Amino acid sequence: MKIVVCVKQVPDTASERKLSPADKTLDRASVEGVINELDEYAIEEGLRLAEAHGGEVTILSMGPDKASESIRKALSMGADKGVHLVDDALHGSDAVATSYALAKVLQTLEFDLVIFGSESTDARTSVVPAMVAERLGLPQLTYANKVEITGGGIKIQRQTEYGHDVVEAGLPAVVSVVEKINEPRYPTFKGIMAAKKKPVQTLGCAEVGIEADKVGLGAAWSVVEDFADRPPRQQGTIVTDEGDGGVKLAEFLAAQKFI
Amino acid sequence: MAEILVVVDHLDGDVKKVTLELLTKARELGEASAVFFGEGFDKAKEKLAQFGAQRVYVAEGEEYTGYVVAPKAELLAKLVAEKAPAAVFVPSTAEGKEIAGRLAVKTDSGVITDAVDIAEGFVCEQSVFGGATVVHSRVAKGTPIITVRPNAIQPVAADGPAERVDVAVEVSAAAKAARIVDRVVQPRGGRPELTEASIVVSGGRGVGSAENFAVIEKLADSLGAAVGASRAATDAGWYPHQYQVGQTGKTVSPQLYIACGISGAIQHRAGMQTSKTIVAINKDPEAPIFELADFGVVGDLFKVVPQLTEEIEKRKG
Ligand SMILES: Cc1cc2nc3c(=O)[nH]c(=O)nc-3n(C[C@H](O)[C@H](O)[C@H](O)COP(=O)(O)OP(=O)(O)OC[C@H]3O[C@@H](n4cnc5c(N)ncnc54)[C@H](O)[C@@H]3O)c2cc1C
Ligand SMILES: Cc1cc2nc3c(=O)[nH]c(=O)nc-3n(C[C@H](O)[C@H](O)[C@H](O)COP(=O)(O)OP(=O)(O)OC[C@H]3O[C@@H](n4cnc5c(N)ncnc54)[C@H](O)[C@@H]3O)c2cc1C
Repeated sequence: MKIVVCVKQVPDTASERKLSPADKTLDRASVEGVINELDEYAIEEGLRLAEAHGGEVTILSMGPDKASESIRKALSMGADKGVHLVDDALHGSDAVATSYALAKVLQTLEFDLVIFGSESTDARTSVVPAMVAERLGLPQLTYANKVEITGGGIKIQRQTEYGHDVVEAGLPAVVSVVEKINEPRYPTFKGIMAAKKKPVQTLGCAEVGIEADKVGLGAAWSVVEDFADRPPRQQGTIVTDEGDGGVKLAEFLAAQKFI
Repeated sequence: MAEILVVVDHLDGDVKKVTLELLTKARELGEASAVFFGEGFDKAKEKLAQFGAQRVYVAEGEEYTGYVVAPKAELLAKLVAEKAPAAVFVPSTAEGKEIAGRLAVKTDSGVITDAVDIAEGFVCEQSVFGGATVVHSRVAKGTPIITVRPNAIQPVAADGPAERVDVAVEVSAAAKAARIVDRVVQPRGGRPELTEASIVVSGGRGVGSAENFAVIEKLADSLGAAVGASRAATDAGWYPHQYQVGQTGKTVSPQLYIACGISGAIQHRAGMQTSKTIVAINKDPEAPIFELADFGVVGDLFKVVPQLTEEIEKRKG
């Protein structure tokens, strides 16, 4: 079974994230980049499926040079090889452009399954997996909290607003996973050493037929007009419970007209 | 006036409040047409009329509900081609975003997700990085496709005919590739929907067990509030996942958020930071949740919460 896992490098959620005033895109240079948390669950699921059914896991990431660190980390968790789409023309791509670029690369790869995280922690649009499924004309099995390979097909439990749906399809298919699905493994020392020798292919737009004028900031389907930092919340009144904490809280709520 | 399509969020005809919010916004910027998928239009019609829908495009049938999102996007793409609407508004739910994403690709349009407001020219306000930054953005190509967060817009009633217009599309084989073979609906009880509620009371690891969530529920019921939970509580199986608040749960923005036994991890804050008023009860004075709190009580939630509930009941008379 051939599995591709799409991994996005994002600024560490714990760091202070900013848009850069120059072109209103995410400032990725000044903060530490990490694997999008949700994508670790996607990698783990890919590894588990490959272990259970045989096969290999390829990591695909689109991003600047330093995104290669995240590919390397995924390889140290146990993935077999990496594909890095890196090209200055891609800078500032929105979700429409990102899905176009990822779909173009996927068309050059052989796979039975492509697995995504269900959301990035920086932009949080949650649209890329569905868009890629649309572009490739493949079944979309997204928000999975359980994945099962059945005879010749795939079955997932799709987390919904009201509970869950059970969804079935044939392969190849597009999957996205939620964090309830598994517990991602940590890279071992052996894994880290092995990852250094694993192949990572670097591709530019032209090599996979991405038309440069369809991606990047200039071609964006959506534009940021302006942005501003909101002043951080001010800490209010903190009291220590001395037997009357609930009453004091009720007084606060009454003063605020909640009760 | 230019027509704006509003995708209706409903469960068997019970219209979710976010739909009314979107109709309100659509009326402000143009003429509101609703798009209704699946069964239950008769039940939904009154609400849609009360909030000023001029017409409702109704797409009934198994082909729209028996498969994952793709058929809905195909129907919408056909409507966009035929009606040339000024914009399409979609509720910012997990499924709504996926519909919007596919529609954007099909119509070669841009998509803005998680708008909290939409102004003239379809300029959207987004609240990003857990509410730390406010962004104004707009679609630059094609038809503006905008997903809007629940509870961000004040719904205002206005009469409309909500005239039924049946619509259909020949759904492609590719769109029917992911079949829904079973649907499990968890009963929600009488409480308001988490993303719609004006008050949310959440419990975390400090609650300690599934049984103990009764303490949280009692407080919620005394306030007419929805119940939420941190990931620690849903992971432990104390409360169902649909009630998780945070990065990978629901984003809520109520008038009042009460966090009980929740530390305030960054992933939790990402889902509640834009609440108007935040209250925290935690026995650890160093808990980061206090940094956000308008009012905090350092103490044992099993003492503070029942006393608060009792006090609220007393004041209600
Ligand atoms: C604050 C902010 C708001 C934004 N709002 C919008 C908006 O409203 N509309 C819009 O069109 N664009 C928006 N963007 C741009 C958007 O971040 C990029 O287009 C991004 O590349 C794709 O969106 P996402 O990260 O939200 O993906 P999501 O759809 O949230 O990501 C889901 C999954 O897709 C995969 N994936 C995503 N990107 C990559 C990648 N580069 N390489 C490999 N796998 C990937 C990962 O598996 C990920 O878990 C915004 C950006 C920022 C910083
Ligand atoms: C990919 C990813 C996604 C995530 N998504 C989410 C998400 O969507 N939502 C979310 O919530 N988290 C999410 N998390 C998890 C998050 O990092 C925290 O682990 C989680 O929020 C902790 O929950 P908690 O505050 O209930 O538990 P803890 O951090 O353990 O805090 C419990 C608190 O309860 C207090 N306490 C204990 N007993 C009492 C008592 N008797 N009275 C008063 N106070 C008491 C303690 O002092 C402590 O502050 C995510 C993590 C990852 C990696």
